[in-house]
Amino acid sequence: MKLDYRGALRDGLRHALINEPRAFLMGEDVGAYGGCFAVSLGLLEELGEHKVRDTPLSESAFVGAGIGAAMGGLRPIVEIMTVNFSLLALDQIMNNAATYLHMSGGQFPVPLVIRMTTGAGRQLAAQHSHSLEGWYAHIPGLRVVAPATVADARGMLWTALADPDPVLIFEHAALFGISDEVADELEPVDLDRAAIRRAGTDLTIVTYGSGLHRSLEAAEVLAADGISVEVIDLRTLRPLDSTTFLDSVSRTHRALVVEEGWRTGGIGAEIAAQISEEVFWDLDAPVGRLATAEVPVPYAQHLEAAALVQVDDVVAAVRATIG
Amino acid sequence: MAGIAEDAAVELLRTMLRIRRFEERCVELYSATKIRGFLHLYVGEEAVATGIAAHLRPDDAVVATYRDHGHALAKGVSMRAVMAEMFAKVTGCSRGRGGSMHLFDAATRFYGGNAIVGGGLPVAAGLALAEQVQGTDAVAVCCFGEGAVAEGEWHETMNLASLWNLPVLFACENNLYAMGTALARTEADVDLTAKATSYGMTAWSVDGMDVAAVHTAAGRALTAMRAGGGPVFLELKTYRFRAHSMYDPDRYRDKAEIERWKERDPIDAWRALLEDRGVLTAGAFDELDRAVEAEIDDAVEFADASEPEDVAELTRWVYSDDSTVVTGPTGGTR
Repeated sequence: MKLDYRGALRDGLRHALINEPRAFLMGEDVGAYGGCFAVSLGLLEELGEHKVRDTPLSESAFVGAGIGAAMGGLRPIVEIMTVNFSLLALDQIMNNAATYLHMSGGQFPVPLVIRMTTGAGRQLAAQHSHSLEGWYAHIPGLRVVAPATVADARGMLWTALADPDPVLIFEHAALFGISDEVADELEPVDLDRAAIRRAGTDLTIVTYGSGLHRSLEAAEVLAADGISVEVIDLRTLRPLDSTTFLDSVSRTHRALVVEEGWRTGGIGAEIAAQISEEVFWDLDAPVGRLATAEVPVPYAQHLEAAALVQVDDVVAAVRATIG
Repeated sequence: MAGIAEDAAVELLRTMLRIRRFEERCVELYSATKIRGFLHLYVGEEAVATGIAAHLRPDDAVVATYRDHGHALAKGVSMRAVMAEMFAKVTGCSRGRGGSMHLFDAATRFYGGNAIVGGGLPVAAGLALAEQVQGTDAVAVCCFGEGAVAEGEWHETMNLASLWNLPVLFACENNLYAMGTALARTEADVDLTAKATSYGMTAWSVDGMDVAAVHTAAGRALTAMRAGGGPVFLELKTYRFRAHSMYDPDRYRDKAEIERWKERDPIDAWRALLEDRGVLTAGAFDELDRAVEAEIDDAVEFADASEPEDVAELTRWVYSDDSTVVTGPTGGTR
C-alpha cells in the first residue's frame, strides 16, 4: 500500500500505542489538536486520554516527567513539537536522560522515546529552522535516529520503543509530503545499520534525512553523465554505523558528506574525520563536505535556498571531487 | 511527642544521629583526601529527611539533590554502599561513577542526588505519574532547596503535578541561602507556600528543625496523597550549620546567626525531649551514639578495603547491556 511520511509516522505511532500496553504519547497539542503536524490526528478520540496526553507548554517538565515515568515502569513517547523547542528541555535530555544509566552504575536505564521535527526549507526563519540532530549526536548515552524514508518513518518508533535507552527521533518537516509503497504489515527497522539507498562505484555520498533526497536526485543527474554515485543513508547518527560508509568509501575511493546542520563541528566533520582516520590510503581525493551556510536560517526564500544544500550543489561537489 | 510511639521516637533520633555522625566522619575523611570532589553537608537539616522518610515504604521513590547523604541513609540505602561511593569504589551505590552528589540505589528506589538545581523535580513528577498510571498507592518524594523555586523547572513541575493530580510530595528545604545568596535577595515574594498554592496545590510551612513537626506534616501529606489527594508542597524551614560545600568560606552569613540556629539543633532538641519524657533513659543516648559510630567504623573499613572500578569498565553503561535490568512491574522489552 501507499503511505506518505506523515501517515507512516501516524501508523507507527498508533501501532506502538496499541501494541505496547505501557506506552503513551505526551506533548504539546498531541491530543485535542491532533498534533502540530497532524501525526497524532484522531488518536485521542480512538485510544483515549490515558494513551494521548496533552501537556502544558513546559518542555522541561514533560520531558523530565517522561524520564521519571520511564524509570518508573512506563514506556513514554514524548513529542516535542520541533527541535527548536527541545532546547528548553536540554537539561533533562542531557543531564538526566543521557547520564542516569551510567551515573547510577547500571541501575537506572531510561527507556524513553522523544520524537521531534527538525529542519528548514519552509521559510520559517531561524527559530523554526534548526537542524540540531548532529548536535544531539555529540552526547554519549543517547541514541539519535533520523528517518528519511516512508518505511523508516513508519517502523523506527517500534524499534526505538524496544530500546532500553533514550532514543531521539528526528522527523524532517520538509519530508511530510513524500510518499512510497510500503508492506501491509508494519516492518521493524534496524536502527543499528545504515542503509545503502543507491549502489554506485565512483563516489560515496554519506547523508541522512532531507539530504538523502537531494543526494538521490543528484545521483540521478550524474548517472546521465556516466558518473556512478553510491548513496548511504545513515539513519542513526549515534551510535554511527561507521562500517557501512567506510566499506563503501574503500570501494569507491571518493566521499562527499551531505548534511543540513552547520559545517563547523557538525556530524559531517565527524564522518570526514573517521574516513581520514580509517581509510585514508584508499582515497583518490579529499573528502568533500556540504552543509548549511553558517548563518541563522533566514526567512526570504532566495536567502534560505542559498543557505541550504541544493541538488545543484551536490552535483557540482561530486564533479569537483571526481575532477 | 506529637503522638509518635516511643520506639518510633527513638528511631527518629537514631536516624538523625546516623546522618550527623556519618557526615562528621566525612569531613575528617575529606581532609584525609579519602573523599574528593564536592561535598555538601546536611548538618543541621537532619530532621527534614528523617521526619519524611519515617513514613516512606520501600516502593516509594525519592529524588534528592547534591546534598543527598541524609536522604539516602534515611531511605535505607546501605551506609557501606554510600561510604564506598564517597571513596569512589566499585562497591559504592553508584559504582564510583557518581560520588557524593549522585547516590543511586534501585533496591530502595533512590533516584539520585541531582546536581542541577531544579533538575530532579520533573523526574519526580514522572515517577509519580508511573505510580498513578499503574494504579498503586506508592508516591514520589522530591527534596530540593528553596533556591529551586526561582527555576523555571519548579514552576513547570508544580503546574504539571497539580494539573494531573500526581502523588508527589515536594519537600522544599528552606535553609535560607541558595549557596550564598539569601532568599530575599533573589525572590520578589519570599512566601513560598503562596507560590505553590497559586498552582492549586496544598502547601504548608513547617518548622524543619522539629522532627516531630516534620513527621506530623509529612504523615498528613502522604496519607492524603496515597488516597488520591494529589501533590503537596511542604516548606521546611531549616538551616545548615556548615558552609554550602567544603569550598565555601561562608562569608555571607553572620556568625551570630549560625550560633542562634545551632541553639535549635534538631538532634539536641529531640534528645532533650525524649529524656524529659523518660523515653530515653540516662546513658541510652551514649549507647545509641556508640552503636552509630560502630556502624560508621564498619562502613569506613568496608569502603577502604573495597576495590576501585576496573578502568576497562569505563565506558560500560553508557548504553544498556545484558546486566541492565529495565525497571518496572512488567520487566523489559528485550
